[in-house]
Amino acid sequence: MAAKSNLRNMALSLTLVCLVCSGLLGVVYAMTAEPIRKAEEAKVAASIARVLPESEAQPVQESINVDGVDYTYYRLPGAGYAIISTVGGFGGPLSVMVGISEDGIVVNSVVLSHSETPGLGAKCATDVDFIDQFKGWDPAEKRLVVRKDGGDVDAITASTITSRAYTKAIANAVVVYSKLTENE
Amino acid sequence: MSKFGLITKGFLKENPTFVLVLGMCPTLATTTSAMNGLEMGLATMFVLILSNIVISLIAPVVPDKVHIPVYIVVIATFVTLLQLLMQAYTPEVYETLGLFIPLIVVNCIVLGRAEAFASKNSVGDSALDGIGIGLGFTLTLTIIGIVREVLGSGSVFGWKFIAGDGILAFVMAPGAFLVLGYLMVLFNKLAKR
Repeated sequence: MAAKSNLRNMALSLTLVCLVCSGLLGVVYAMTAEPIRKAEEAKVAASIARVLPESEAQPVQESINVDGVDYTYYRLPGAGYAIISTVGGFGGPLSVMVGISEDGIVVNSVVLSHSETPGLGAKCATDVDFIDQFKGWDPAEKRLVVRKDGGDVDAITASTITSRAYTKAIANAVVVYSKLTENE
Repeated sequence: MSKFGLITKGFLKENPTFVLVLGMCPTLATTTSAMNGLEMGLATMFVLILSNIVISLIAPVVPDKVHIPVYIVVIATFVTLLQLLMQAYTPEVYETLGLFIPLIVVNCIVLGRAEAFASKNSVGDSALDGIGIGLGFTLTLTIIGIVREVLGSGSVFGWKFIAGDGILAFVMAPGAFLVLGYLMVLFNKLAKR
């Protein structure tokens, strides 16, 4: 059974255990840092490939501040911009990557992370009918507002708040896009 | 207890979820689908086996008054290891379970086995205990996950057998409590025979 406690052996054993553990974690952290970075990069690259047409060019990561909010976006010369737009959803932040071509048309959009209700709002990440309606969307012609509020977007059944958030994310990306291109 | 008994006790006699009623937080939160339950069970088993082994090794020299902090540091180290490895090599799994992995540290099952078993038994037996309890936990989480996925999404392990949605409540928190409660009754009734 356990050894009898005194101040010396308590301090000693705790210090020793913490040292060994942090040493071990340090080694594993150093080992996994590279794969973790690669996995994250692969995820971003896969998302960009989904929201923008194919391009030979390497995406360039940049950021811009629009109306007090920082947006990260990837510029893909010859293809357009992949803008990461985060809005408040029903269950928490909803982060969407929106691809906008160089002539201002929404190419496609993909959910990066969300915390919407499973089976309801969470469909915004998988519901093809909902997501695909934004493909080829021209913000100059159709309004990026759900039908309930007088726009042209068909909401997901029983998930109006999520649909509104998703639509808002795309609308914000369009604003970012116009900011990016207004000086050209 | 026989070596075989150490591995199989987790299924019936000392089933962590239905009999010991430990680790309810991950049980309720991660069993939205069969796959999630299975993955969470395996993640917990990984930590359980390793922490059991290490704790049974160091238990004789750890002073009595600091044994809980020492055990927690050991467990937290393995959980963080697991988190880093998952992030690096299975990013898809990490995406669904990431939030719940750190919670394994405070999972009563892990500390419970360290206190009740690993600190008093040999390394080999402690490893088997980790495997046994871990398998029991994995199996139970998978069963709860299957029931909730079948009722809530109309699918099993992502394979859909009905069109449409199923009873959504079962994917959400109330369904977790309902399924857990009914399964617990059923399990204990069958186990008593």
